[in-house]
Amino acid sequence: MALIDLANPTRFLRLVNRLLPWLAAVTVILFAVGLYRAMGAPDDYQQGATVKIMFLHVPAAWLGMMGWGLMSAAALGTLVWRHPLADVAGKAAAPIGAAFTFICLVTGSLWGRPTWGTYWVWDARLTSMLVLLLLYLGVLALYWTAEDPGRGARAAAILSLVGAVNLPVIKFSVEWWSTLHQPASIIRMGGATIDPSILTPLLIMTAAFTCLFFTLHFAAMRNEILRRRVRTMQLMQAQSLAEAGA
Amino acid sequence: MILGPHADFIIASYALTAFVIAAMVAWVVLDYSTQRRLLGDLEERGVTRRSREG
Repeated sequence: MALIDLANPTRFLRLVNRLLPWLAAVTVILFAVGLYRAMGAPDDYQQGATVKIMFLHVPAAWLGMMGWGLMSAAALGTLVWRHPLADVAGKAAAPIGAAFTFICLVTGSLWGRPTWGTYWVWDARLTSMLVLLLLYLGVLALYWTAEDPGRGARAAAILSLVGAVNLPVIKFSVEWWSTLHQPASIIRMGGATIDPSILTPLLIMTAAFTCLFFTLHFAAMRNEILRRRVRTMQLMQAQSLAEAGA
Repeated sequence: MILGPHADFIIASYALTAFVIAAMVAWVVLDYSTQRRLLGDLEERGVTRRSREG
């Protein structure tokens, strides 16, 4: 099957129905292994056991950003090729990306209190991540409140592309400005600075969260395709009732 | 496993994450069953999509 064939919603649904149980099973296995390894990981020499919050915070931050990246790619599909499946992908990713960004902010705050002595500070990394959550809420508002779904989708796509500017700001904020947040310690020149005993469970948890994201995203895309079919059929029913009454 | 003096912060982080993930899973599962039920009702009433008619 060519990749372009997946752009057909019916073929996409067939593939998702086959793929979802396997993806969900891999997610559960990765979480079981990841949590086991995370709970057995040694304490950090400075932060003690609070380093265990990192196994949630870092994957959630990655997915909050990846979700927006996915929405930006989908926005190109909506605006350039006007493909309905691109809009379905963008709309389905928005609440999931928002949820992971929310997890990132709250776990970061709960980690910050014992580590920095404060739940919140208007530091560049924290603020740019909060902006990402607000952008997500803006996109959701556009989808949920637009009377014409097509116009709502185009407006959300434009905001998704404009908001992509925030992604490099989040990534490089710790280098561009003096921040309380620590600098990059995983994806950096010269390799990760974290000991393998903590890095390995972190990578497994990141893989588990990523699989969870795609499981939820494919399931939400399937729901959105069905919702659009229901809407089309309801409109056709209303039209035929009106014609019968005329 | 000893979580030390900041156990509350660690437990709260894991509890909140579990709650948000459970809410997302419940959302997709319930939404799926709602859409399937609505589609089934419409098909029972004889409403079909144009692409199927062709």
